[in-house]
Amino acid sequence: MTAKQELKKSIIASVWFMFLTFPIMVIKVNTVTHTIDWRWHNMALVGIGSFFLSMLWRYLLKKKEEGGKKEKKAGLSFIQRLLQEKQFALPGIVIISIITILFPHIFSMYQTNIMTSALIFVVLGLGLNIVIGLAGLLVLGYAAFFAVGAYSYALLNLHYGVGFWVALPIGGILAAFFGILLGYPVLRLRGDYLAIVTLGFGEIIRLVLENWNEFSFGPSGIKNIPKPGFLGIEMSMQTTTIYVFYIVVLLVVFTIFVINRLKNSRIGRAWTALKDDEIASQAMGIDKAKTKLRAFALGATWAGMAGVVFASKTTFINPASFTLWESVIILCTVVLGGMGSIAGVIAGALLLILLPEYMRDFGEFRMITFGAVLILMMIFRPGGMIEDVRKTYKFEK
Amino acid sequence: MDFEYFTQLFFGGLTRGSIYALIALGYTMVYGIIELINFAHGEIYMIGAFTGLIISTVLTMMGMPAIAVMVLAGMAAIIYSCAYGYTMEKIAYKPLRNAPRLSVLISAIGMSLFLQNYVLLAQTSDFLPFPSLVPEFEFWEPYSHILTSPELMILSTTVVVMILLTILIKFTKIGKAMRATSQDKMMAALLGINVDQVISATFVVGSATAAIGGVLIASHIGQINFYMGFIAGIKAFVAAVLGGIGSIPGAVLGALVLGWTESFFTGYISSDYEDVFAFIFLVVILIFRPSGILGRSQIQKV
Amino acid sequence: MKPILEVKSMTMDFGGLRAIDNVDLSIEKGQIVALIGPNGAGKTTFFNCITGIYTPTHGDIYISPNGSEDGKNERINGLKPNIVTRKGLARTFQNIRLFTSMTVLENVMIGCHAITKAGIMGAIFRGASTKSEEKLIVEKSYLILEKIGLSKYVDELAVNLPYGAQRRLEIARALATDPFLLLLDEPAAGMNPQETMELDELILKIRNSEGISILLIEHDMKLVMSLSEKIYVVDYGKKIAEGTPEEIRHNPVVIKAYLGEEVDA
Repeated sequence: MTAKQELKKSIIASVWFMFLTFPIMVIKVNTVTHTIDWRWHNMALVGIGSFFLSMLWRYLLKKKEEGGKKEKKAGLSFIQRLLQEKQFALPGIVIISIITILFPHIFSMYQTNIMTSALIFVVLGLGLNIVIGLAGLLVLGYAAFFAVGAYSYALLNLHYGVGFWVALPIGGILAAFFGILLGYPVLRLRGDYLAIVTLGFGEIIRLVLENWNEFSFGPSGIKNIPKPGFLGIEMSMQTTTIYVFYIVVLLVVFTIFVINRLKNSRIGRAWTALKDDEIASQAMGIDKAKTKLRAFALGATWAGMAGVVFASKTTFINPASFTLWESVIILCTVVLGGMGSIAGVIAGALLLILLPEYMRDFGEFRMITFGAVLILMMIFRPGGMIEDVRKTYKFEK
Repeated sequence: MDFEYFTQLFFGGLTRGSIYALIALGYTMVYGIIELINFAHGEIYMIGAFTGLIISTVLTMMGMPAIAVMVLAGMAAIIYSCAYGYTMEKIAYKPLRNAPRLSVLISAIGMSLFLQNYVLLAQTSDFLPFPSLVPEFEFWEPYSHILTSPELMILSTTVVVMILLTILIKFTKIGKAMRATSQDKMMAALLGINVDQVISATFVVGSATAAIGGVLIASHIGQINFYMGFIAGIKAFVAAVLGGIGSIPGAVLGALVLGWTESFFTGYISSDYEDVFAFIFLVVILIFRPSGILGRSQIQKV
Repeated sequence: MKPILEVKSMTMDFGGLRAIDNVDLSIEKGQIVALIGPNGAGKTTFFNCITGIYTPTHGDIYISPNGSEDGKNERINGLKPNIVTRKGLARTFQNIRLFTSMTVLENVMIGCHAITKAGIMGAIFRGASTKSEEKLIVEKSYLILEKIGLSKYVDELAVNLPYGAQRRLEIARALATDPFLLLLDEPAAGMNPQETMELDELILKIRNSEGISILLIEHDMKLVMSLSEKIYVVDYGKKIAEGTPEEIRHNPVVIKAYLGEEVDA
């Protein structure tokens, strides 16, 4: 395309966006004082911004089209290769372990709490990764299972005095049960419909928690949930924070271990086959129903356990922590990180939770950036930050 | 049985259903043509309402008569919603025409998030009062305890829109092209139909009806908020699915069913779980009859 | 000797459309049988009925894996596709349906799903039996790929293979399920003469060395005539002829179905 054509297209784009955003960005109506605030500087911003962005957009789209013509490589990116090198992986793990152990002692309680939250989302992301990334089932109401775990601990503790360590597996099992409950009726559903039903399911659970006051105490939630105990020893706020941090780290390690094993197993391969082609996988002997239900159940289990930990960390839960936004954020970690890729999801979760925390000034732009990033990732890098890599097998004759 | 109460609820449900129908039409038309559930459609409705508010406030402050304000603001809402719908498709959906369904769905979610927060940041998170643009009809006074003037306005506008839409789909060239493309995209292209244009037109028409719905409901309820698109969008989507996604009469039917159900349920039983109802409907329908009331069953070719 | 597959009076209706009309078919152990007919005759639908994707409206489908006189006869109408595969019938697809996210080796390993059983516990704990099962799967898949001639592509993503290799990969994957009957749906579609010849050799090798019987849908007449011992011809869902290649070649009804005119024999 010639420079003149480029220029023309960009000018058209610029004018279009200035027109498009005129009422909403330029005119600010104050209905109380009956004044209008004309923010012309916004229009200039939009005009100039869209002029350059449209050029960038066209350039990136063209590059994407050309890239598609080359063969899809099984080749590995730098990071992926790095992760597979035994020489790098082992010392890498040691270093990360040391940093993790020392972390809460070096950083403040506030920072540790943030990191704990991030790690809880890592567990959530990895759990959802089983369902979406491996099995290809688009579940939009994942926060519901998170809620099941949290509320089961809170209520069991409230009514029966059940402690954290007992509640942890119970939360997981209950969530798995709900997973099967959701999974069974939707076995036949295709992609979009499955997404909507799971969204509906998630919302139903939230609305029930909000309105069934006798059961869940409604919007005011449940308070005074005990933190996990350690052999009955009294611990200060500081120590408990560190303790909870370590518990979450253990949970993360456990999660990574189990999910890695599941992924590289007969079941894991069956999930991926089901994702790729349902009909062909059935023709190869895979039981569609059983395999899908397994994905739902196992995926939900992690959310349930994460929920129990979350309740014990925050000591107070209410339905506002388990909305569609939470489901969307968890979805984002999987999509951005790289569907099916464990390292990718970890990176995605850490990025999505930590970055806004450390960029508090830009906090109000978090959601809009999420939205834009989702769109851009899907168009330009659907595989995610760290794409999934298939395992290669060694065969000795 | 209190007959008057019943008729109030009946017309209330009819009005609700009309609004849902106006929005549901957009969902169903887009789905029919590119098999995408446009999550961001509710935001088009919201933007229509906001644009209406902004323009009507400016014009009123400039001293224009109420009728002119209503007409111009309404037109502005429609034009801008169409523009947003058109742009949305070009940016977030067109590049993903050949991508797997999951990708487009996520992109739609992203667009929905983006637009909601765009309005939030550029305007406000507050609930803004929306002026009543609808004149009170004197002749209707005797009946206004059953069906208020604004409700009458909503119903008649919806009927007019339906008629116009039906004329468009059935008798115009672009309408025929839309029908052809939704049945078989490739064939339509081979016959010389500009598929890109048809898809854009579909988004534009769907956005227009949503904008009308947005302005009407905003004027009726009296306030708007950046989040209003979400819940209305979900309900309209349920309506579209209920009636059979891809089917225009289905969208209307589903919307009426949902509207009446909500109205009678909240009127006779309880208003607590009003929103839950839509979701339960959704889940149940998709499980037992995914093609909806009037929809066509999808048979997968092996 | 009992036939290993016997289809009696099978009819398949889709609403008002009769796709298959009262068709009989039988295959003996070790036979290569072909199912031919003009496009739309119902051949793939026939496969879909046998493999459980559809349930026939009328008729019976019996299998007898070793074909011996005293062996049991099993009716498989309406069984789910994954169960049918576990009974020993494997298939390939008219439009290639490989697992696009996976490597060549993994595609074949999926075929082994039907003959293995490790579950969730096995996956997580990796006990001795699971480990040896995994080893078996990898070895078996590798050997199959060698036999088919695809071992150089082992770690390549299945989608990156040339077209002819992809078709052979589908066959390799089907073989991993340890079938007694292999249903091939247009295996030579889109292949050039060289590839078709190699396919001919491959199918013969499969039958000869593994003892697997073959039912094949094909349009490539040269391949059909060269390989098959028996041919069934269908048109508009009805069986119009049955016989040896020689008989079919000169059958006027068959010629008319393909060419639409009477030919003096």
